[in-house]
Amino acid sequence: MAVPQVAAPPPATRRVRRSHQGWKFVGPFMIVFALVFLAPIAYSIYLSLYRNRLIGGNAFVGLDNYTQALQDSQFWSGVGRVGLFLVVQVPIMLFLALLVALALDSGRLYGKSFFRVSIFLPYAVPAVVAALMWGFIYGSQFGLVGSINDALGISLPDPLKPSLILASIGNITTWQFVGYNMLIFFSALQVVPKSLYESAAIDGAGQLRIIRSIKLPAIRGALVIATIFSIIGSFQLFNEPAILRNLAPNAITTYFTPNFYAYSLTFSGQQINYSAAVAVIMAVITMIVAYVVQLRGTKDL
Amino acid sequence: MTTTSVQKPSARTSKPVTLSSKRPRRKGSILLTVLTALMAAYSLFPLAWLLINSTKTQDGLFSSFGLWFDDGKFALFSNIADTFTYNDGIYLRWLGNTALYVLVGAGGATFLALLAGYGLAKFDFVGKKAVFAIVIGAVAVPPTALAVPTFLMFSKMGLTNTPWAVIIPSLISPFGLYLMWTFAAQAVPTEMLEAARVDGAGEFRTLFKLAVPLLMPGLITTLLFTMVATMNNYFLPLIMLKNPDWYPLTVGLNSWNAQAATAGGEAVFNLVITGSLITVVLLLAAFLSLQRYWQSGLAAGSVKE
Amino acid sequence: MSRFLKVAAVASAAVLALAACGGGDDDSSTGSSGGATVSEADVTAALEKGGTLTVWAWEPTLKDVVTKFQEKYPNVKVDLVNAGTGDKQYTALQNAIAAGKGVPDVGQIEYYALPQFAIGKALTDLKSYGAEALKADFNPGPWNSVNSGGGVYGLPMDSGPMALYYNKEVFDKYKIEVPKTWTEYLEAARKLHAADPKAYITNDTGDAGLTTSLIWQAGGKPYTVDGTNVTINFNDPGSQEFVKVWQALISEKLLAPVSSWSDGWFQGIGNGSIATVATGAWMPANFVTSAPAGSGKWRAAELPQWTAGANASAENGGSALSIMDKGANKELAYGFLKFANDGDGVQVRVDGGAFPATSKTLADPAWLADEFEYFAGQKANEIFAKSAQQVVTGWSYLPFQVYSNSVFNDTAGKAYVSNTTLADGLKAWQDQSAKYGNEQGFTVK
Repeated sequence: MAVPQVAAPPPATRRVRRSHQGWKFVGPFMIVFALVFLAPIAYSIYLSLYRNRLIGGNAFVGLDNYTQALQDSQFWSGVGRVGLFLVVQVPIMLFLALLVALALDSGRLYGKSFFRVSIFLPYAVPAVVAALMWGFIYGSQFGLVGSINDALGISLPDPLKPSLILASIGNITTWQFVGYNMLIFFSALQVVPKSLYESAAIDGAGQLRIIRSIKLPAIRGALVIATIFSIIGSFQLFNEPAILRNLAPNAITTYFTPNFYAYSLTFSGQQINYSAAVAVIMAVITMIVAYVVQLRGTKDL
Repeated sequence: MTTTSVQKPSARTSKPVTLSSKRPRRKGSILLTVLTALMAAYSLFPLAWLLINSTKTQDGLFSSFGLWFDDGKFALFSNIADTFTYNDGIYLRWLGNTALYVLVGAGGATFLALLAGYGLAKFDFVGKKAVFAIVIGAVAVPPTALAVPTFLMFSKMGLTNTPWAVIIPSLISPFGLYLMWTFAAQAVPTEMLEAARVDGAGEFRTLFKLAVPLLMPGLITTLLFTMVATMNNYFLPLIMLKNPDWYPLTVGLNSWNAQAATAGGEAVFNLVITGSLITVVLLLAAFLSLQRYWQSGLAAGSVKE
Repeated sequence: MSRFLKVAAVASAAVLALAACGGGDDDSSTGSSGGATVSEADVTAALEKGGTLTVWAWEPTLKDVVTKFQEKYPNVKVDLVNAGTGDKQYTALQNAIAAGKGVPDVGQIEYYALPQFAIGKALTDLKSYGAEALKADFNPGPWNSVNSGGGVYGLPMDSGPMALYYNKEVFDKYKIEVPKTWTEYLEAARKLHAADPKAYITNDTGDAGLTTSLIWQAGGKPYTVDGTNVTINFNDPGSQEFVKVWQALISEKLLAPVSSWSDGWFQGIGNGSIATVATGAWMPANFVTSAPAGSGKWRAAELPQWTAGANASAENGGSALSIMDKGANKELAYGFLKFANDGDGVQVRVDGGAFPATSKTLADPAWLADEFEYFAGQKANEIFAKSAQQVVTGWSYLPFQVYSNSVFNDTAGKAYVSNTTLADGLKAWQDQSAKYGNEQGFTVK
């Protein structure tokens, strides 16, 4: 597959001789994985070669669905949108998460556990509440934006208008996932042997230097994997647009993101076959981007 | 190495506090604290809305300002009571279901990830390189497109409308696999395992007796992530379950939320909000109680070398 | 390696098994769609004999109907399942049909979605059960809605003859007359918004259901369906009437940018910043529970007319109970349908606040005399009953309206948030729907 040795963790010092022993441990995971991932994917690929119509029934169409998807401007507009989202939102989110993780790790913070819990908490908020909450905050009629406008006599731009909607979604995603990524970085930092940078500090290295030359390289694996999962997450952007769609139905189209498009095709249009083709193409694009990022990530750091 | 090195790690885990407290304590930084507090404020601000509005009646929700309390009416306790009694107390049933799914789903996912991550980190075997690539590759497929194929499959297997339809898919956590892999590679010395083998300990016994204590931080982190993921799982249960008696909280609360938009349906936004608050509070409690193990585990993991 | 191969084998076996059953929906067991007739005696016998019925519906008053039904027929056990509202339930239905398993006996289906299920052979034609004889029991609007392609695909449960609900307090405050025509409505919108920039005549962020209903009322017939031959045309005079007024409302920013059913909407209804709502007669029950702050301030009125002095109305919303083709217990299911929608169940539902589809109820003096507390004692049912009789005939929805409505905001919705005109937006909607129809094997012009 496209991503060999994705962020392979630092190799353990020595390994047992080659044997089948490993499969005893990996096997159970892979069996369940085959059932809930590989089989549906294989089934989707099979479905993507057919077309079932309301009138006329099911027929084998070869790669027709794929050629159609490759020429589908709605699909590509969605890809472009998540591409833009990826380039802007992911760096901001990961940077904030890294900053907080380093701050928590520095040992120079008052109320460390309070911060750790509170920044992680948004990740735990169920989507149905997130919808009500952000609906209120973004509301320019009855919501917070409206109230601020009234109170200060200004007119803030409507966060739900088409030109701002992507930024508004980015804000929700950042809010929800900074804590998640922070926790990944934080737990990676915890495993870095403290003795390493304590001796560096004794040698007179400043905090920034320690971060740059010891901490960051030490958690490189976590940084790369978090980036890759964030890329996948961006390409699969679905929940946040789905949440805001009830409030901004005209700004968020049914093909707003590729994942949303696949959803609409399946659930509103009964186009399961076409949806499967879109999903397969999207998976290939995602894998390519993730692979490139992984190659660069392991080279640069 | 000899058997002494096998015993050593467990000795370490027993007294993590002394070890970590030996480190020189750095002075707190006000500036850093203020900056992090800003981030925390950003994170908590929307939750303030949740907290404030859970004290309002359905009526008060729409007639008072969103970020302040409804004058004179403090309905938090009646909301909590109503949440637990509405629709013959189905909320409690949903809570129980969610607990079941989280316990079996997240627990199972963590267990499978532990086994597989450990296997990847500590063994060499044919096909090993492909495993993680396949997992990442599969995760790249948009899940909404897989929902219907999965439904059709599960339906053939007679699993739809049963708890298994929710539990089995949540048993897989690709991210958990990665975490356990990294942790096992870093925190479990291979020499220790070899020593155990020399002593004739079985592979699984070695894992649970020797490696697991060292892997505690990774296990807790994985458990935390899988717990939240299982708890927030909405899409799959929605498709798989038709019987409200098996709904998890997410699907249940959504159905309460949706009923306001049907002809003759009763709006119970106050219960949706209160029900969600309870969910978040429970998760917070789980987080706080796990945190204890997490820290001692972390300390244990961090003292190697 | 052997382990890996086993895993691969399990996976591929699963796929093959699926591939084998993938086309499971075309071996339709069309047992009762056309053939044997079922007599009333058969249905009664089935009810006496008993059994279990699974009903998928979200309508809240059905719960009481089921209780009454089980009292009357103690051998029947009804499993009432809320499998989601509207399209969520349709998705569940389509999934179950595709899987060939877990299909309920009875499903609630909204009128706009009914043709799609009928043409997909998902529903049982009730003609063979003698349903045609029930025609006179129902109002013409809903009865017309369950007739599709020469078959009867359900019994009407509720209906939504339209009315204009307005906040009298706001109207009185700014001395605005209740509009009799949509032109007056536009005038009222201007006057209100000029008097209070925070107040709007109504909210609209683009709603396919409202748009089609108002075009329906204006006498427009954008959709014609003849088997698989379909035409879509928003250039007809009725649609144009609608576009003229609505374009002005949009351009002059007289519509509150708040989506219906959002909490902001309920808030606006309660606090007077949304002054009217034009929708179906089922709405009062929602006012009471969702916007209690407006109680006593609101009234119902006849829907404004497109031509002064005309008496035209349309339906908005409403749903039927249908028997699924793949359901197991069809005689029993028909017995339940008759009980719930034509028999004792109707009164139970009316008592629960639902708006019926039966003509007998609409003529019932006691029902007509009902005083609505929310409307300060107004006898609103008189208005609704009148509206039900004035529904313009000859309207039909597309056999793929569910999809079509789902892309309304992608296309026509642009008119609400950009410089695109509503006419162009509707044209885009038309094109997108036509494209889909052709892809699905219809001939769309």
